[in-house]
Amino acid sequence: MSGAMNLLIGLAMGFSLVALASSRLPSVIRAAAFQGMILGVLPLLLEAKFHWLVVAVAIGTITVKGFVIPSLLRRALRAANIDREVEPLLGFVPSLLLGAAATVGAAALATVLPLRPEHARSLLVPGAFATVVCGFILLIARTKAISQVCGYLMLENGIYLFGLLLINSTPLLVEAGILLDLTVAVFVIGIIVDRIQREFDTLDTRKLNSLRE
Amino acid sequence: MISLLLIALPLLAAAAAFAWPGERTRPWFLPAAGGVHTALAFWLLANPPVLARDAWFGFDPLARAVLPMVSLLFLVCSIYGVSYLRLRSERKNRVFVTALLVMIGLLSLALQAQNLGLLWVAAEATTLVTVPLLHFNRTARAFEASWKYLLVGGTGIALSLLGSFCLGYASLHGGGNGDLAFTALVAQGASLTRPWLITAWVLLLAGYGTKMGLAPMHTWKPDAYGEAPGMVGALLAGGTTTMAFVAILRVKQVVDAAGAGDMTERTLLAFGLFSMVVAALFLLTTKDYKRMLAYSSVEHMGILAVGAALGGAGVWAALFHVWTNALTKGALFLSAGNLRRAAGAQTSDLVSGLAWRAPVSARIFVAGLFAVTACPPFGVFFSELKIILATFQMDNFFAATVFLGCLFFAFFGMGRLVFAIVDGRPRTANRPPGERIPEQPGVILPPLLFLGLSLWLGLAAPALLRAAWTAAAAQLPLPPP
Amino acid sequence: MIAVLELFLRLAAWLLLAPLLPGIINRVKSWVAGRRGPPVLQLYYDLARLWRKGIVLSTAVSPAHIAGPALAWVALVGAALLLPVGQAGATLSFRGDALLFVYLLAFARFCLALAALDTGSAFAGMGVAREVSYAVLAEAAIITALLTLCVQSNSVSLVTMLAPSAGAGAALLAAGLFGVLLAENCRVPFDDPNTHLELTMIHEAMVLDHSGPPLAAILHGAALKLLLFAVLLTEAVLPLGKLSLLPALAALAGSVLLVAVIAGLVESLMARLAFRRVPLLLTTAFVLCVFALLVAWKGGMP
Repeated sequence: MSGAMNLLIGLAMGFSLVALASSRLPSVIRAAAFQGMILGVLPLLLEAKFHWLVVAVAIGTITVKGFVIPSLLRRALRAANIDREVEPLLGFVPSLLLGAAATVGAAALATVLPLRPEHARSLLVPGAFATVVCGFILLIARTKAISQVCGYLMLENGIYLFGLLLINSTPLLVEAGILLDLTVAVFVIGIIVDRIQREFDTLDTRKLNSLRE
Repeated sequence: MISLLLIALPLLAAAAAFAWPGERTRPWFLPAAGGVHTALAFWLLANPPVLARDAWFGFDPLARAVLPMVSLLFLVCSIYGVSYLRLRSERKNRVFVTALLVMIGLLSLALQAQNLGLLWVAAEATTLVTVPLLHFNRTARAFEASWKYLLVGGTGIALSLLGSFCLGYASLHGGGNGDLAFTALVAQGASLTRPWLITAWVLLLAGYGTKMGLAPMHTWKPDAYGEAPGMVGALLAGGTTTMAFVAILRVKQVVDAAGAGDMTERTLLAFGLFSMVVAALFLLTTKDYKRMLAYSSVEHMGILAVGAALGGAGVWAALFHVWTNALTKGALFLSAGNLRRAAGAQTSDLVSGLAWRAPVSARIFVAGLFAVTACPPFGVFFSELKIILATFQMDNFFAATVFLGCLFFAFFGMGRLVFAIVDGRPRTANRPPGERIPEQPGVILPPLLFLGLSLWLGLAAPALLRAAWTAAAAQLPLPPP
Repeated sequence: MIAVLELFLRLAAWLLLAPLLPGIINRVKSWVAGRRGPPVLQLYYDLARLWRKGIVLSTAVSPAHIAGPALAWVALVGAALLLPVGQAGATLSFRGDALLFVYLLAFARFCLALAALDTGSAFAGMGVAREVSYAVLAEAAIITALLTLCVQSNSVSLVTMLAPSAGAGAALLAAGLFGVLLAENCRVPFDDPNTHLELTMIHEAMVLDHSGPPLAAILHGAALKLLLFAVLLTEAVLPLGKLSLLPALAALAGSVLLVAVIAGLVESLMARLAFRRVPLLLTTAFVLCVFALLVAWKGGMP
């Protein structure tokens, strides 16, 4: 069970790097979507016995992270007629190397932090930290609003991954809160993206620079 | 029961306001809900309820020490809001009124939350509900401000969720059950695993610090405050930041109970002083009088962080400062909103001579300047004095020096800008010279009321409030001598 | 006596089998494109023809122009002798031979680059610049891959390093090494061996001015290098050391064939990348090897 989980988490980590190296917006969105779907499957593997609530959470996560949000982003891409190029502030090679360094750093950090015996051989903690950092790099190193949203999504994916450590102990309220709030957050961001588009005729956040000292 | 009402009442009012058909009558929901909310909050202040041990939320001493202030701030802002929305009747106000009411409901929830998870949910929801408020003017600049607010604030709130999980794992690893209730976490004390506890503190401080606007996570603040309507700025500067400060205090309580008090104090002091320095530097250069208020807010958040870092007397003074700063800022934001409408622009390049054009608002603004830069006998003077005394008590002369220096530069920078726009030849961006702006009592009385409250807190802070602050400060363990 | 015989046998196997691989790749390409294509043994004919031809030398060149290809060929043959074959081990084996392997590859490239620069031709200079700048990135990946094997087997000798399988990181390592294989051997998507336009050439531009036997040495060396990498990739991933000799040889031959077919398919189905995108792909190969290293390191911990 733990082997399959680690494989999936490793894949999710790989998708963050794919997103960092992608030069086209649709492939960034696709990477984030695949990552979200993988995260949706994980709770099923984590729970030893079948429980309908866990299944519901898994299905909800896969639907939202894998289909709803990506389709919203794609719709924004189409509706706003955005150029498909990513336009990095930081080049793809440096981003990829930074992401890889972050992943290695996360693995090193996870060996420093004490873990419960059942999590000791799991990739959950390094995977979570690596995904958070990769999301952060994507968030700050790209100019287009859509890729920033994808970065934010990956940041959230990483946090969700970490939350799986606590899935047995925290009440489902926190889980449900995450799902709800994150969805709404991205939704609102999407609406704003739409609005920005109408206002600026482009989704380039570099043009958001009239407010400064 | 009443503490639930504090949360539910504004939310119900929000639902009713959303369904309400009359565009002209809808704003009256604001003062109506605000009035009842304030009455309930002050009734609870006078009669603190006994808190159930496993309650998800409740009117505990910390909530008692700040919630009435937020309530009062909302009430006075909502009175302003009625007149403001009448002046801006070209805009639909359905979403604005609803979002404001939801915001005060969520703030009440966040301030009373006794569980880290619930606190996070409320904080996240507050972030989201603020977006339509910032967006009210629908200009390109307002879009930019809301985008930056959402991106920076969203990232901050995401980090604080990660921090909450780390704290949960610290509890789980330390032999607890991962319960995120504050009482359970404090009770677990030193058995929380140390590395996870430190990670959690760093992430939570960064996350809620972003929400609070501590430098260097303050970048959303000038944009948001500069573009938001005055009353939204007042509520952000007095309400949302207070919520974030209370969140930090609650987490600090847990971390201190686990025996890492040294670390929380050092980090808070560093962030606080750094915020003050950054704010003072920007105050010296900014030319925009609404963004100036944002940097002033960053400075005062720094003061709060310094106060919290000093423990004991410092926390007491910080809670005092929460009240004085928020109410004084209210006067400044509301009068700045009036000036912005009168002048049509908000930089000293384009605007001057407002003392002639909008005399009452300009006078309030100048008085507010003196109040917020800690001139006696306004409340801010006394609360900052208490914090400085606390630094002397702790023999932290370095902090005291930086603190006083920043206050001086902030006063200099703000005074420079305020007199540049108030004095001189009347000059505006949008009106023919020689036209005076009619100032209705509806937009003049609320800022005056705020100034009066600030003065009253300075001259005679009531014993009831002092007792509430003492009780709240006693919740946080004193630092080792 | 036996040892000498074995040495000659191995040498003959390496030298004779090497030109087969480019033929197979070309065959796959023509099969995908629906052409008949050149015969599989085409490279043998070419080599024989070149060997019989004379050498045309520019007046500007120094002896390095001839010595370069010869030394590069010798270095590659030396590197081939370091690679073990299943349980039979390597012809030459000592502690630290993995380092020599890397150095020999680098030395071969250096000699070729020197020989090309020696002509003073602008195209050759351009080709060298490109080849070497890709090699910098590819070398990082191959060194990381060898480091992975070192960490895994706790030794710096190719025989013990390549004996066990690469474990959990095998897939990562295979993907990374395959990228390096394509880059080092100038295949699509890094370089197009069939291009006729000098401006778009990399490796081909470098050898434009060679002729006759030196060109034959270069072509044979390139084929040898391809075989070398295919064998290295196979042995790094498959646990050949655990099999007895004959099955190991069969598995090796099958996998090398598979690698060639995959390379041919990649070449048929992918377009060559723009120059500015190549570093990203090589960095990806490097990152894959880094993660294989990470897996080996984490997996090796108690």
